[in-house]
Amino acid sequence: MGLAKRIIPCLDVNNGRVVKGVQFVDIRDAGDPVEVARRYNEEGADEITFLDITASSDNRETIIQVVEQVASEVFIPLTVGGGIRTVDDVRRMLLAGADKVAINTAAVFNPELVKAASDSIGSQAIVVAIDAKSTGEGKWEIFTHGGRKSTGIDAIEWARKMTDYGAGEILLTSMDRDGTKIGFDNELTHAVAQAVTIPVIASGGVGNLQHLVDGVKKGGADAVLAASIFHFAEYSIGEAKRFMAEQGVEVRL
Amino acid sequence: MSQKIAVLDYGMGNLRSVSKALEHVAPNAEVRVTDDHEWIRRADRVVFPGQGAARDCMAAIGQHHLNREVREAMESKPFLGICMGLQVLMAFSEENAGTELLGIFPGAVKRFAADMPGDNGLPLKIPHMGWSRVDQSASHPLWEGIEDGARFYFVHSYHVVPEDRSLVAATTDYGIEFVSAINRGNLFAVQFHPEKSADAGLMLLKNFVNWKPE
Repeated sequence: MGLAKRIIPCLDVNNGRVVKGVQFVDIRDAGDPVEVARRYNEEGADEITFLDITASSDNRETIIQVVEQVASEVFIPLTVGGGIRTVDDVRRMLLAGADKVAINTAAVFNPELVKAASDSIGSQAIVVAIDAKSTGEGKWEIFTHGGRKSTGIDAIEWARKMTDYGAGEILLTSMDRDGTKIGFDNELTHAVAQAVTIPVIASGGVGNLQHLVDGVKKGGADAVLAASIFHFAEYSIGEAKRFMAEQGVEVRL
Repeated sequence: MSQKIAVLDYGMGNLRSVSKALEHVAPNAEVRVTDDHEWIRRADRVVFPGQGAARDCMAAIGQHHLNREVREAMESKPFLGICMGLQVLMAFSEENAGTELLGIFPGAVKRFAADMPGDNGLPLKIPHMGWSRVDQSASHPLWEGIEDGARFYFVHSYHVVPEDRSLVAATTDYGIEFVSAINRGNLFAVQFHPEKSADAGLMLLKNFVNWKPE
């Protein structure tokens, strides 16, 4: 068919440093974002995602500087998420050099933001990030504020609605799996991938390379996102891609 | 003497990444994101990027009075169209309930069908987003050092269908085989984003910067 499944390393950035927590707590330092991004690019990452988890808005400028620096030397698509609330925020990130912006909490409180941003900037730049938690057999609910607040909204319906509103892609994180290293929630990924016409990125739970393969084969994901297995050099992006290719997944080598 | 490269600014798309990538491959060139007619006329090379919807793109070209500049540049100097910068060269787009384009070449811009079967039992996603193979139709200075079938990064829901098949410089498979690059004289235009396509993309930009069309 020809389109490679994308491998996307994710950098959680706090006050200008890459960090990684387990289920959003217990944060460990994983380096300078520009250096990490450069290394991932050299290893063959298909895209890089930055999630700005900086709590205070005073430090918002920091992530913009990070994006500017990375965009000057890393020539693959860059996505930035965290704290995006207005169309102006989207524009600022794109001007800094991001190609796509991930909108999460703000989309829940103001779905029109997704519509307005995709209308004026184009769907290709708008990623809707969904944090979902299982609430029973084949049911998932979306959570906001880094997984702390329940919304009562069904994840599958929400994914459909965001597609209608002009999202170009969905970044789907399983809150149950995030940081656990036991693999993606492939049932969740598959349910969403089947429900929408736009690409779905699976996220949350990767602990080994087989999990990446399963995300594509069992989950039907168009792209797989992982953080800690790459940060702490457990595996390189190149190793991940070679393994996936051996398992019959089409990747860019 | 350092050469001047104009990246046409008509308010559409991520121009910064295009200019950064050009600066990266041509550190001695003067790269400017501009809608200044005089500067565009004096530039040695012109890059015509673009993202977003066809109608907005055409409106923005009009607002920036770039219609004539685009035509003159593509007749007189090395000219590189990227993404929407390829599509607007056609006559007509299906997008936005039908949009008239620059009409440099006869042909249409069509949307990918919604029901093309994918490899995992689900229909192919639209937009076509990600790294696909670009099959070179013939050798060309811009393909130099780039493996035939190398992967480039794409993001688009529409693709060009030029009437004159001799324009085709490359094709790509996504449910159907579509035209992913065209070439005529000093003009080269691509559907993918070389500025986001890692080494292969940088090589193509470098080839463009060094290109001396006959």
